[in-house]
Formats: sequence, structure tokens, C-alpha cells
Amino acid sequence: MKRVYVNEEWCLGCHLCEYNCAFANSGEIDMSKALKGKPVFPRVKIDGDEHINFAVSCRHCDDPICVKSCISGALSVNNGVIQIDHNKCVKCLTCILVCPYGAVSEGEHGIVQKCELCVENSCGEPACVKGCPNRAIVYEER
Amino acid sequence: MSVEFVNPEFEVIRNDNRCIACRVCERQCANEVHLFDPDRGIILSDESKCVNCQRCVSLCPTRALKIVKNECRLRENANWSDSTIKEIYKQANSGGVLLSSMGNPNPLPVYWDKILINASQVTNPSIDPLREPMETKVFLGKKPDKITRNEDGSLNCELLTQLELSMPVMFSAMSYGSISYNAHASLARASKELGIFYNTGEGGLHEDFYCYGENTIVQVASGRFGVYEDYLEAGAAVEIKMGQGAKPGIGGHLPGAKIVGDVSRTRMIPEGSDAISPAPHHDIYSIEDLRQLVFSLKEATEYKKPIIVKVAAVHNIAAIASGIARSGADIIAIDGFRGGTGAAPTRIRDNVGIPIELALASVDQRLRDEGIRNNVSLVVGGSIRSASDVVKAIALGADACYIATAAVLALGCHLCRTCQTGKCNWGIATQRPELVKRLNPDMGAERLVNLMTAWQHEIKELMGGMGINSIESLRGNRLMLRGIGLTEKELEILGISHAGE
Repeated sequence: MKRVYVNEEWCLGCHLCEYNCAFANSGEIDMSKALKGKPVFPRVKIDGDEHINFAVSCRHCDDPICVKSCISGALSVNNGVIQIDHNKCVKCLTCILVCPYGAVSEGEHGIVQKCELCVENSCGEPACVKGCPNRAIVYEER
Repeated sequence: MSVEFVNPEFEVIRNDNRCIACRVCERQCANEVHLFDPDRGIILSDESKCVNCQRCVSLCPTRALKIVKNECRLRENANWSDSTIKEIYKQANSGGVLLSSMGNPNPLPVYWDKILINASQVTNPSIDPLREPMETKVFLGKKPDKITRNEDGSLNCELLTQLELSMPVMFSAMSYGSISYNAHASLARASKELGIFYNTGEGGLHEDFYCYGENTIVQVASGRFGVYEDYLEAGAAVEIKMGQGAKPGIGGHLPGAKIVGDVSRTRMIPEGSDAISPAPHHDIYSIEDLRQLVFSLKEATEYKKPIIVKVAAVHNIAAIASGIARSGADIIAIDGFRGGTGAAPTRIRDNVGIPIELALASVDQRLRDEGIRNNVSLVVGGSIRSASDVVKAIALGADACYIATAAVLALGCHLCRTCQTGKCNWGIATQRPELVKRLNPDMGAERLVNLMTAWQHEIKELMGGMGINSIESLRGNRLMLRGIGLTEKELEILGISHAGE
């Protein structure tokens, strides 16, 4: 299955992936309208220090502990992609607690959000990968 | 002191309706132009530091940025231009020589743009390169004067050592130090994939790139940095650098601040020491001396590698080239006055040397007149900007072209001409690790291969139009060229007729 992988050697820590992610999932057609003057809730986050940076997002594990631990059945695996049903999420945040990668986060209104490889929006391919200026994030079979 | 203030050259225009304060511009600007103000949640700009490299413009996700020429000019004066006056201010402030980078930007004539190419109509067929084979392969090196036979009467098919290029373009010398590790990696990988050559420049060859030796030309310059047996052995050819188009007659100076880590090891000089290339080679004061170095290098490489002598295009270039052709060198590389540099004194860059078009035409003619054209191949550089420039150069008599500015543009250079600051935001002309990694060689090599592939297609199209199916048949074929808007003298030097003749 194609997944998002990170080549930390080439990550510049520019944070463009975060903004592209937030925009792709905003449902808006204009980035300024979507993100200007508002708190931004990206599903990919840049971690690191002044020497190294890398983008952290859902690994779409083969045996996802978040799905197993979800008490409301909001998390599910569809064709290998771990997806969240926002209507079912009860904001218990167990998934955030158990995710070993820190890839699940609280979104707007406290509802849990996570990378769904842009299958639920109109981006077509992961927006973080599409917008990365240095191929530090790639979407490929490994 | 306010008299020291020089009005900034550029203005940073931010469209506040679009800016989402993502701070990408702030993080990407090594010149520290942009600054986030957390109190107001907006981004501020200090345009006095802006060099107009457009990194922020390219990466801004909402296209909120624009860099424009500062409209605040000094009073118009046809004699004392704004830039001339500002240079005076700068020198009155600093007391120093003005430094510049990349090629001469002044509006001097570009002869390529005044030369037009022929095409076949009616009486001779043009060739469609998509349907018929086209040959762009060239061999560089001394060619035999006549056919010789072995003792048993069979033809002697042994050629002297040659460089084989899949197309008549190579990446010219840019040293590791002046450009980054990743820029070199991109050039090396692309050359291997394309079947052409790149040139180490005078900074030695990084140990990681010895594996690309078959596609590497190693340079021996006046500073002799990084030159030793394995280095000479590693390359496919050895180039003696006598001069550079951007700064004929002077040497080079890579500041000690850039001689760090691998650059120091590759150049084989202590960290922090200035890398000074003297203006002349201290062992070359005549063609006879040059011949000694040519043959020293041939001895060292067991006569297996062609020797290139690179010179800047200067007034007496035809006579100089004639001397080099007799020195035992296999290839002459001539660099025109518009050639690029990582740093050169502004006055030298903008005022010394001659256009490559005129130099090439006069050298080719002189070597032909003297019957020694086959002694050497001619490679020309100094602002070859497109496939049509390549075709014109070949028709004027060149065997191949050297490109460097076009290559770094493919790597992302935006020609801001401030390489000398070492803060290249595109990761090319810098040694700062956080900037170097901005150039991913996977992307760099791919873009170089794309550029050369595109040029190769265009060269074939242009040749096909002329009814020529081999680049060898185009070389020196000046009948395929016509001048436009040129004087009798210029046409005479170029050896071409005027359009309509």
C-alpha cells in the first residue's frame, strides 16, 4: 500500500505541509479564506530542532492500536487507510494516548483528527506531499 | 550616520489580504528580511536586506509576496545612473573593491541574438527528427590529419584519446566550495545519466564523487587545490584553467570562512585558511611553459586522458589559441566575457574580456588558416543560454559548449547575483548546512537531465530544419548563419553574410 514517508535529510522545517494539510481539509477553495486569522489544525506536524526536522503524520499501521482502543468505534480501517468518523468520536482522546507516533491530535472543537491520506477531501493525493518543495515527504510503496 | 544610508534596491510587497502569517518566508530567508511580530500576528519586512532571490515568493503558499524595484530613485541623470551613484556611496562607506557574482548584466551586445539560422525550403529537403535518425554525438580531442595504414596495409583505426559526448554540451567548471555538495552531486549524477561531462572547477574532487570519474573533468588551476595523483587518475580529462571569462587576468579568492570540513579536506588546505588562486600560474609565462604542464599532466595520466586548456576570451584570443593548439593540448575551452562567477570584482567582470561569439569565430578561422584546426577541439562557454545558442556556436566552429549559468538556473538559481555572500537561499552557492539541504540532488539531477534532454530535442529540430542529420556536418558551417543589424566589420569577424545576402 502507498503510504506517506518522510526523508528527514531533505526536510527544511518550512512547515508548508502543515498549512497545505489544513487547507486541503478546510473545504475552502482559497487558502487565505481558509486559514487567515484562524487557529490552524494540521494533521501533519513538523517536529525537530535546529539541526533536523521531519513531518509526523499517521503511519497507517497494519495493526493499528488506535483503532483497537477506540471506545466508540469512530476509528476504522478502510482499504488500509485508518479513517475517523467525526460523528462517532466522543472526545475521550484514548487514541491520542496510545498512538506511539504522536500522529493523532485534537482538532477544532476537541474532536480527534488524523491524516486520512487526503482520501476524504478533493486534493486527490496527499496535500503535504504535493506541496513539499524538497521531496522531504513522499507518497510511495515501500 | 545617515549619509551612509543607501536606499534599498528592492521593495517587499505583501498582500495583507492573502498573507496567512504561516512564517514560511521568515524561515526560508537566510538574509533575515521577514520577521513575525507575535503581538500583532503579522509579518514585517526589512527590505534593506533583500537580494531579490525570490525564495519567499516561490514558497509563499498564498502568493502574497512580490519583490519589486524600489521606486525611490535618485534624480534621473543619463550620465550618473542610480547604480553608479550608489556604487560610489558603497565604496565611500567601505573603502573596498566592489564584488559581484554571476555574469556581466550590462546591456552589451549579445551576438547570438543578432545571428539567424537557415532552414531548407523546396530545393533541399528538411529532415524530421521524429521519423529519421539524428546524430548529436561528438568526440572531443585531437583528430588525425590523414588516414594511415598499418604495416599489413589495413587501416589504422586507433584514434588518439577522445571524450565522447552524447550531445555537444557539458557542465562547466564550478568548484566545490563555490557551490555546494548537493549542487555537485546533481551535476555529477546528471552527467552520468546524460553521457556528458561536468567539471570539478579548481576546488578538488570530493571523495564521494570519485565514482562519477568517467563523467568528470578534473581541473588544475593556479592554486592547484586538491590536485594529486588519484585526482588526475579519477577524471576523464584534465583541464588546465588559465583564465575565466568573468574575471580574465585575475585569480580567485575563496574566503577562509567557507573553507570548512569537507571543503578544506577536498581542497587539501587547512580549515579557515583563505583559498587564494594566484592570477597567473607561477610556472607558466609562455606557450613553452604551458606545453611543459600539458605534458607533465599527460605523463602523470599515461597519455590516456585528453588535456583541456581553458582561457578567457580576450583581445588577442586568436593568437593565444594558436599557441595553445601547438602546445600539445587536445581541447581548447574559451570562456566569454558574459560567463558567470561565484565572486569577482565588479569592475573586472563588467569591463574585461570580449564576447564569446567574436572570439570563437576568430579562433576557428585562425586555426583553419594555419592548418591546425584538427589539432584541437574547441569548447566555448560564457552565457550559452539555449539550444539555439548551441546550434549557432557549433555553426560558428565550436565542437561543443560549456554551460554553467543555465545549469544552476535549472537547479533553482534565480540569478540574484549575490553568490559572494554565501547565503544562497536555493542551496547552490553556499556551504551552510541548513541551506545546502534545500537542494535535493534527486530533484536537481532530474531537472538537469530534463533541461539537457529538451535542448537535445531542440538541437535536432533545428538541424533537421536545415536538412542536416549530424552535428558533425554542422560544425563550422557558417553558411547556415546570417547576421542581422550587424556592421561590415562584425560580419567579417563572424565570417557570416548579412540576412538577405
